[in-house]
This record gives sequence, structure tokens and C-alpha cells, in this order.
Amino acid sequence: MLVWLILIGLLVFLVLNPILRLIVSSLQQADTGRFTLENYRAAYGNIRHLQALLNSLELGVGVALLASCFAVPLAWAISRTDMPGKPFIRLMVFAAFVTPPYLGAIGWILLAGPNSGWLNKAWLALTGADHGIFNIYSMAGLILVVAVTSFPYTFVFTSSALDLVSSEMEDAANILGSRTLRTTLRVTLPLVTPAIIGGIIISFLEAIALFGAPALIALPARFNVVSTQLWQFFEYPVRIEEAAAYSIPLLAITVLMFWLQRRILGRRGYASVSGKGGERRMIALGPWRWVMFGYALLVCALSVFLPMIVLLQAAFAKAWGRGFSLDNLTLHNFYYLLVEQTQAKQTILNTFVYAGVTAVAAVSLSLAIAYVVSRKLVPWSNVLGFLCIAPFVIPGIVLAIGFYAAYASPPLALYGTATILILGFTTRFLPIAYTSSAAGLRSINPEMEEAVRILGGSRFLAIRRVLIPLLKKSLAGAWILVFIPATRELSSAIFLVGPNTRVISVMLFDLSEEGNFEVLAALGVILLIATIVIAAIGSKLIGRDFMLRRNT
Amino acid sequence: MSRLTLTGISKRYADFAAVDNIDLELQSGEFVSLLGPSGCGKTTTLRMIAGFVDPTSGTIEVDGELLSSPKGSIPPDRRQMSMIFQSYAVWPNMTVEQNVAFGLELRKLGKSEIKRRVGEMLEIVHMSHLADRYPSELSGGQQQRVSLARAIVIRPSILLLDEPLSNLDAALREEMRFEIRRLHDEFHITTVYVTHDQAEAMVTSDRIAVMNHGRIEQIDDPRTLYDRPKTRFVAGFIGRTNFIEGDNDGHRISFDGFALPCAAFDGILSSQRKTVFSVRPHSMWLSETQPTTPGICPPVEVLVLERAFLGEHWDYVVKPRAGATTLRVATSPVNDIAVGASAWLQLEPHQMALIG
Ligand SMILES: Nc1ncnc2c1ncn2[C@@H]1O[C@H](COP(=O)(O)OP(=O)(O)OP(=O)(O)O)[C@@H](O)[C@H]1O
Ligand SMILES: [Mg+2]
Repeated sequence: MLVWLILIGLLVFLVLNPILRLIVSSLQQADTGRFTLENYRAAYGNIRHLQALLNSLELGVGVALLASCFAVPLAWAISRTDMPGKPFIRLMVFAAFVTPPYLGAIGWILLAGPNSGWLNKAWLALTGADHGIFNIYSMAGLILVVAVTSFPYTFVFTSSALDLVSSEMEDAANILGSRTLRTTLRVTLPLVTPAIIGGIIISFLEAIALFGAPALIALPARFNVVSTQLWQFFEYPVRIEEAAAYSIPLLAITVLMFWLQRRILGRRGYASVSGKGGERRMIALGPWRWVMFGYALLVCALSVFLPMIVLLQAAFAKAWGRGFSLDNLTLHNFYYLLVEQTQAKQTILNTFVYAGVTAVAAVSLSLAIAYVVSRKLVPWSNVLGFLCIAPFVIPGIVLAIGFYAAYASPPLALYGTATILILGFTTRFLPIAYTSSAAGLRSINPEMEEAVRILGGSRFLAIRRVLIPLLKKSLAGAWILVFIPATRELSSAIFLVGPNTRVISVMLFDLSEEGNFEVLAALGVILLIATIVIAAIGSKLIGRDFMLRRNT
Repeated sequence: MSRLTLTGISKRYADFAAVDNIDLELQSGEFVSLLGPSGCGKTTTLRMIAGFVDPTSGTIEVDGELLSSPKGSIPPDRRQMSMIFQSYAVWPNMTVEQNVAFGLELRKLGKSEIKRRVGEMLEIVHMSHLADRYPSELSGGQQQRVSLARAIVIRPSILLLDEPLSNLDAALREEMRFEIRRLHDEFHITTVYVTHDQAEAMVTSDRIAVMNHGRIEQIDDPRTLYDRPKTRFVAGFIGRTNFIEGDNDGHRISFDGFALPCAAFDGILSSQRKTVFSVRPHSMWLSETQPTTPGICPPVEVLVLERAFLGEHWDYVVKPRAGATTLRVATSPVNDIAVGASAWLQLEPHQMALIG
């Protein structure tokens, strides 16, 4: 019972209270604390605020559709056909997956900024026109940028579902007289519709909750989306109650979409496609395989090659606009970040320390809860599990506002401390940690522990000597799965950092406001290299492809 | 209903012959099983007929029209065949009715015509009441019926089945065997049925092709196959049997511990000295006392070594007094002879199959 009290106490503190405070303060008068609907009137009584809401929806729908146009053909080509170069394409999708959206956005600013962007310069050089044709500072530009960084969600969902569909399903249509194209459209893709819808919903939610890319692109383009509008409520004077009221739709939409996803998929049993005779053969596409390959390369170019090349160029350039010449080459940007500028060093250190501590906290807490839940040690243990998963449906930006409302001011007065950041991150990534610890625990037969108990060992001994050693790998995996997104987290960090607790993502954001793209790119490269190294160690530790598990 | 002809069909993977020079001809409306142990090339043969796999050599024709040859093949979707898969491959995103209607839609039939034919077909496989269900809401047997209906409703020229019952439990398997035969008697579709279960093949088939190592060892109707196996493999694969070797001197065949007159064999013997026979346990008679009415062959005195009561019959292991070869004999359950006792064994040359 004591354990239960402690665990539920922690979860209330981390999950329940911030959300309750968010809802409560949206209904409170700022100074008196009396009940009021004034905040909602202020939040929605403004035409610009409503426009931002519509813009978010437009962004979400646009991204979801464009991302599926990228992801579904790619997933199909990779898991069902003989397209060449599959491992390479997979690797590129993975690279797109680990690139933080705001870095992608910066790459695209360098590529398609009006006039000075590389693509525009190329266009000017080719045609002699007097102004460029691409303008990333637009809704279309924003949709493209977000879609190229979030299509891997739809890809992963779709391709893992396609991997489960046995070729006999296709053969059965084939022999009844249906050709490859019709079979794909009538049988194969419908079979994985739930996965595609899942991917669409996730990329939609990802797009509307995103802060970094919209802030970099929408603000210069002079339009707002919900997340940037929320950000503006935090400019002095901070209007936390209005922000809370304004963030409620984001929360509601997210919860609604998850509910919808479950509803749509309700009755048809899709996963029942394995068993004997469940082998898979690749469809021979003939010359079309090169067409598919070309399309895959195009998607990779948009999402990885192009932005990465210009980011790398900028990271090693004195001035990125001067191009690829040798005398423009320098290591000074890295030197500046890692040696010269003490604040930058501190920021880099902060990032990895916070992420590390967050990962330890999230994994320990979720392991304890997963254990209690799976062994049914206390009544109502399912409630604990549910609370652990709940942050999954809370957009990072909304969670941060909840934390701000709950803990920034006295009595706890955590504003600007490392503690509030770590607590916020821990809550944000608790679902990832919980899902993978629970999966790890499920794979261990309780009889392993019972064998210790029957020999006279205590439960604690059984956990320490048997369970933890057996779980080492999955715990390491869970740690990495939390650590990596925690190093890149921007949308909740931006509301919770103080002057001394800045992290890389926030610093990148500030640098971009200063227009210092060279140093910014160098910082981005440092972040990516750290991510890749850790991901590589991780995949050595716990088997391939672990990053491709869902981790929103 | 069509005639299917396989001529010299082979399929090689690298230097391994999965199917090795098969000739097979199915008359219009005939039901033939491919029976054989795992890995003998049954599925490969079937998939070549379907057009999913191209042969390395040989041709496949239907009604004289060339479908497959090493030079090129008509793709599966243009062969007018149907196939039933081991996993049923019932599409889980469509209802029972939609599954069955799929092939008809591809044939561009009118809506009402499709509805009528799907309705009739579901009636025939006893699935009408479940027409609106999704496959995940059906049992294994019901899914199998859907896949049968889906395959038959288009009236294919050829119906192909690949171990369609292997995912079902024993009782259901027995029921579905008869169901498949019943559907065949109703529609007379030329059918190739792959299985490694001999009872299944015997219940369903007009003829059975026994395959081994990529070749057809023998193809015959079930009765002939059982009574007159031509090779050791076939005799051993279909039912239980004893192999006995004998020495033929033109008058008598001497086995280990007994001999039989050549005259009793009605000229099935060749001139070779060494002979091997397959004798089924059920086609010998064992009695405790010496038979008074002499048969064609003299009874052999044997010693009972082991026995087991199996309910429907006794299983004895005996050996001739004068020899060392052991023989398995099955007798009626009332025929109770103690282990260690002597008995007389009566062989019946008509029921002995010469296999070499
Ligand atoms: N694509 C392939 N590449 C290489 N060898 C193959 C391939 N397909 C089948 N084989 C081999 O050909 C042989 C025949 O395979 P087939 O699937 O036809 O056997 P089967 O008689 O259907 O067996 P089972 O009863 O187990 O289904 C096997 O030894 C198999 O390993
Ligand atoms: Mg097979």
C-alpha cells in the first residue's frame, strides 16, 4: 500500500496535477483566482487567434496528406517489391527520423529562403530571372518542411503492417484475375489502412503540436499557428490563464483523434495475417522498379540530402552565402561553440545532463510501475499504468504550460530551475519509457522470480538478482529511447528554460533569431553526431532498428 | 471444366531440382491429388500451374492452349483459375460477401447478377447467415468455407488447393474433406489438390499422384495405389506394409523361412531372380490352429513375438519358425493368440504387390 501511495503520488505530481492546473487556471481570474470565462473570451475573441487555430488545422491536414504521399509508396516499395537500393532508402528514412524538425526547417531556410536560398540562386543562375521562385516563408513551405521530417511516422506504421501481410493475400486476388496495380489498391493497401490512418493521425498531431519549425518559418511569414500564438502569450506580460484557455483545443483535438483512431479501426481484424503459409515474396516491378527508386530518391533528397548538405556547408563556412569555395572553409564555428563561448559549452553540457537524468528518472519510475502493474501487487494497479501512458495525448507545448501553471510560481517556485525542466521532460517521455519497460517485463516469465522465492529469497532479492539482470537490455533500450528525444526537445523546453538552464534546442532557436546560421548549423551538427553515436551504440546493445519503434 | 496437361515440367533452384521432369494429365472434371512428404515439390508444382512460378523446362497447357513454358508464361491473373491457400488468405478487410464477390466484380458482372451468385454460393457452403461478418469473426472452418466459395463462385477452369485443411483441427479436417468432395461432385471443376495426408487424398481424389524428390512415383486411383503400389516408396507411404524379399527359381519363390509356388502369382512375376513384395498387415490371415481348408498357398507356421490390442484390431508381430524376418499382421479383435505361442499364417498372392 505504501508503494502504491508513493507511486500514485509521483504520478499525480507529474501528470495529473499539471493538466488539472492547466484546466483550472484557464477558468480562473489571474489575481483573485475566482471562477471566470473571461480567459476564453480573451483567447478566442480575437480574430487573429482564431485565424491561428485555422492555420494549425490547415498545417496539420496538409502535412498529414503530403507525408502519406511520401511515406506510403516508399513503404510499399520497400516491403513488397524488388525496388533496388532498399537498405540505403531505409537508412535515409531513419536519418530523416532522427533529424529534429527545427534543423530541417533551418536547412530549408538556407535552401529556399527568398532570393538568397540555394535553390533560388540556382534558379536565378539558370534562367537569369531577377527573383527566385521558391519562398519557404509561406504555408506551403511550412507544410513541406514539416512533412519531410514527419513522414517517417507514416512510413514506419505502414511498412511494419505491410511486413505482416502474407503474399497469399495478394496471390488470392491475382489468381482471380487481378493485376498488380489493382491488387495493391484493392487488397494490399486496404489491409494496412489502419496503419496508414494511424500514421496520418500521428503526423497530423505532430504537426499541430510542433513549435520549432512553425516559429522559424511562420513568424517571418507573418502568420501564426496555435503553438506560436501560445508562445506570444508568454511574452511580457505573461498571460498564463489565457494561454491555458487557448491550449485547451489542442488538448481536446489530440484526445479526440486518438479516440477516433480506435473507433475507426474497431471491427475488422487486420493483424490476423500470419501463421503457416504466411511467407512473403517480393513483387517484380520490371522497369517500374527504377521509377519507384527515382521517387524514393526524390523523397530522400527533399528530407535528407538537400537540407543536410546545406547545413554541413554552413557549419564549416565562414559565411554560408559565399558558397562551396575552399577559402570559405573553417572550423571556427565549432571552436567557438566548444571552446570560446562558455555559455555554449554550458548549454551543451546542460542538454546531455538533463536528458540523461530524465531518462534515468523516467525509466526507473516506469519500471517500478510496470512491475507493480504486471504483478498486480496493489488494487487498482491499472490506474497507474493508464496515468503513465496519458502524457502521450498531451502535446508538449500544452504540457509545458501546465507545468508552468502548476509549479513555476510559489510555493514551489521552480521557474528557471533545472528541476522543472527535468520533471517536465520526465512526464513528456514517460509513455515511451513505460511502453518499453512493460514490454520487457512481459517477456519475462514470473516463474523466474518464483524460483527465487521458493528457495527462500525475498521479492527484493528476486528483483535485484534475477529481474534486473534479465532486463538490462530492454532497460538500456528504454533509456536511449528517452534520452534521444530528450536531447532535442524544444516545444516544452522553450516555456520552461531560465537564463541558466538553456539547452541546445533553445539555443538553436535563439541563434536563428539572430540570423547566425553558421554557428547554428555547427551546433546542429554536434547534436546530430551525438544522436547518431548514441543510436549506434544503442542498436549494438539491443538489436537493429530500435529507433523505428513509435516514440511520439 | 478443362483438360490440364503438364509435359516434362521441371523447376530448378540453382542446381537443386525442386520439381524434376513431371508429366501429368488431368481429364476435364477430374480431381487429382499430389501426395508426398514435405519438400517433395508439391507446392512448387501447384504454383507453376497457377503461374506464380515459371518452369525451368517443360510446358503446361489447358485445353491445348499453352500457358507456361520456359520462354514465357501467361500471368496468373489471366489464367481463369482459382486457388485455395494454406492460410486461406481470406481478406480481413472485406466481409464474407465482399470476399466472395471480388472475383465476380473483376469479371464485370452486373450488381444483381453478382448478388445472386454470391447468395447461391454462400448457400451451398452453408455460410449465408454469416454473409456480413468479417473474417476475424469467423472460425477456421468457416474461413475455409469462405475461401472455397470465393474460389468456386467464378467457375474457374481449374481449381488448385494447397493443403487447405492443414490449419484445422482433426474433426473439422475430416468434415471438410467430404465437403470438398461434395463441392467437386456438384461443380465438376478440374481440380489439383496438394496434401501430405493420405486419408485426405483418398477421400477426395479420382486419382492420386504420389511424389518423391520432385518426381511422380506413381499415379493411380486410390484403390489401385493401395493394392498395387509400384515402388517401395509408394507402398511405404500409403498405409502400413511389410516388405519381403524372395528368390525366384522359376517354380517357387523362397522367402526367409517359407516358400510359395510361382503358379499362385498368375504371371505377374518377371524373369528376374530377386523379387520384393509389399504385403499389407490386413491382407494376411493368422490362426491359432492349422487351417483345414488348404488355400492356394500352404500356411506358414509362425511364432508370435509381440502383440498389441488396438480396439478395432489386433496388431501382431510374428516370425516364421524357420526364419528370422519379422512380419506385422493385423487380425480381427476376437483372434486372441498369446505371445510365445505358435500360429499359422496364410498369405494371399493376389494381395501381394510386386515392387521390384
Ligand atoms: N524459392 C526457392 N528457392 C530455393 N529452393 C526452393 C524454393 N522454393 C522451394 N524450394 C525447395 O524446393 C523443394 C520443394 O518445395 P515445395 O514447397 O514444393 O515442397 P512441398 O512439397 O510443398 O512441401 P510441404 O509439404 O512442406 O509444403 C524444397 O526442398 C524447397 O526447399
Ligand atoms: Mg507445400
